[in-house]
Amino acid sequence: MFRPKVLITKIGLDGHDRGSRIVAAHLRDAGMEVVYTPPWQKIETVVKLAVEEDVDVVGVSSLATDHLIVPKLMDALRAAGMADVAVIIGGIVPDEDEKELLDAGVARVFHPGAALDDIAAFVTEATARVRAARFPAISP
Amino acid sequence: MNKPLSEPIPASTEEAQVRWSAEYAAQIGAGKVVRNRSGIEVKPLYTPLDVDSSRFLADVGFPGQAPYTRGIYPTMHRGRTWTQRQLIGLGTPAAYNERLLDILAQGATAVSLIPCNSVFRGYDMDEVDAELLGTCGVVCNSADHMTTCLDGVDLATTSCAMNDPSPFTLLAFMLATAKRRGVDWRALTGTSNQSDYLSHFVANHMFFRLALAGARRVLTDHIAWCGEHLPRWNPLSIVGQHMQQAGATPAEAMAFTLSSAIQYADDCVAAGLSPDSFLPRFTFFFDISLSFFEEVAKFRAGRRIWARLARERYGAQDPRSSRFKFHAQTSGVDLTRQQPLNNIARVTAQAIAGIFGGLQSLHTDAYDEALSCPTQFGARIAVATQNILREEARLTDVIDPLGGSYYVEALTDEMEKRVLEVMADVERAGGMYRAVESGFVQRRIGESARAFQERVDSGEQTVVGVNAYQVEEDAAARPALAKPDVADMDAHRAAFAAWKAARSERLVANALDDLARAAQAPRDNVFAQVVAAADAGCTHGEICGTLRRELGFGNPLIVL
Repeated sequence: MFRPKVLITKIGLDGHDRGSRIVAAHLRDAGMEVVYTPPWQKIETVVKLAVEEDVDVVGVSSLATDHLIVPKLMDALRAAGMADVAVIIGGIVPDEDEKELLDAGVARVFHPGAALDDIAAFVTEATARVRAARFPAISP
Repeated sequence: MNKPLSEPIPASTEEAQVRWSAEYAAQIGAGKVVRNRSGIEVKPLYTPLDVDSSRFLADVGFPGQAPYTRGIYPTMHRGRTWTQRQLIGLGTPAAYNERLLDILAQGATAVSLIPCNSVFRGYDMDEVDAELLGTCGVVCNSADHMTTCLDGVDLATTSCAMNDPSPFTLLAFMLATAKRRGVDWRALTGTSNQSDYLSHFVANHMFFRLALAGARRVLTDHIAWCGEHLPRWNPLSIVGQHMQQAGATPAEAMAFTLSSAIQYADDCVAAGLSPDSFLPRFTFFFDISLSFFEEVAKFRAGRRIWARLARERYGAQDPRSSRFKFHAQTSGVDLTRQQPLNNIARVTAQAIAGIFGGLQSLHTDAYDEALSCPTQFGARIAVATQNILREEARLTDVIDPLGGSYYVEALTDEMEKRVLEVMADVERAGGMYRAVESGFVQRRIGESARAFQERVDSGEQTVVGVNAYQVEEDAAARPALAKPDVADMDAHRAAFAAWKAARSERLVANALDDLARAAQAPRDNVFAQVVAAADAGCTHGEICGTLRRELGFGNPLIVL
């Protein structure tokens, strides 16, 4: 069995981190390797961490409109050669913004009420896809 | 006239209780243990056997009298109803002012200003990502901006709450506004709403990024300065709401809040202030969850503990020192994105719990809060909910209407016990400041947050529309979102840049130098210099930046 490696972070300006803490702790206890950052990370910092830690999934928590700068994060990840990493968002994201985010390459948006096990299952699936793309030779 | 009953009335309460227990057990057995969010076991029935009536005066008593369990004023909502204080966070100062005047016209009675998250980070609008400006609060960076925000609001008669962490720049901007309008500072009423820096390090992290020790220094200075210059202003609001929203149980949130109050009061005493000079201006701010009776009991227990603390720990003589004044906000965490109109029912139940709990000021959440920053439509329903509860449902007719309920009195006692246990844990951890520094408080809150989420995920805690009673929804039926007007925000940024370029650089530099010097001189009052700097034309980012340099940059203390 592979062990997903996930970066859980918050970018932008908001500091509410109940969601990111709960998700990070749940994924950790589900056996995943979790890299956790406090709120207000700069996009460059997130990209640097994603590269250095070679994560499969980047989870961005957004309560108060910080998701609006996720397209910038997607561009920066692509520019750093991390186009294959799966980016997921959790939090308060209006429907019309969700469409834009999915168009920008975000893998999935989890809204309030999402179950922790569903998030973990998605991270596992996404990791399988990411690794299949990264290591086509050794994937089944 | 009295026909003989087919069944005799039991001879005693004890006999009745025994019989009822047997009948209850025969029908549903021992049943499942029911616990409230604070972990207290809730029985299926409460009777006179659950309350000690000889303790009525000592534990319950009358409103406006120690121990204040039933309310802090003799008249409570019969005399003056609660203040309707709705948060508004919207775009530019002009947009904020427009919404503010609208909700004042709808029945809101006080101002609450929540700044943009850029302000909450301690930065000016030219220091952050432009696309985030004004999406969640008003972009208020200067005294000029505050003057626009409060245009048409009579500062001498309208209570203003500023969501304003240390070093309290928003209050300083408001004081500059008052000075320009010739309003006597001594007439100003309101509250420095986000003054509880400990809660920021623990929970929502919405602070201007001063280091813990620096925030502690500035808060004590702020309380001292306001005591001298703003006799009707509440310089401190101790916030259980942040901790409960972050996951603390109601009992833990109350305990951490009271432990924080002890920390702040001890710091004021250490600075040479007399308890009766500052305790009357301590205020509290709580969350109201959907756990209805638990919330009512939480507030009643909190009032009782505070009254005893004020007298026993601080030797307070002024009755106002013992009065546990609080604002409360319905819990956003309990609201759902699914079937969002259901949130109106949730907010109503939460609001009733807060009203029966004896609050002084109430914010009802808009039903669309789990979707976005509230729309004007949602905000109006939130205000109307309060009006309906007060004037149609007539919840204000009787003071403490749940007082004397066997359940509520017993639960108040149980909540008090639980709160005191957690407070003792904090005391053992070295008091609240140390307990936050060491991560003790954060760990407790994190554990409780996860335990609650697991109860929701397992279906043990029903959340309608989320883990039960789901329906297919038409996303198109969701409310249209209010987004900040990009052109307005661009104009606001351009005007700010032009204004900064035209300021007297000398005045600004001198004021910031004075501020830096005060920060390095322990006997000087830092907040006095913040007020002077705001008046001299310094911006929010400049004032916070100067103090971050002098007093240290604050990172939240997060424990996973």
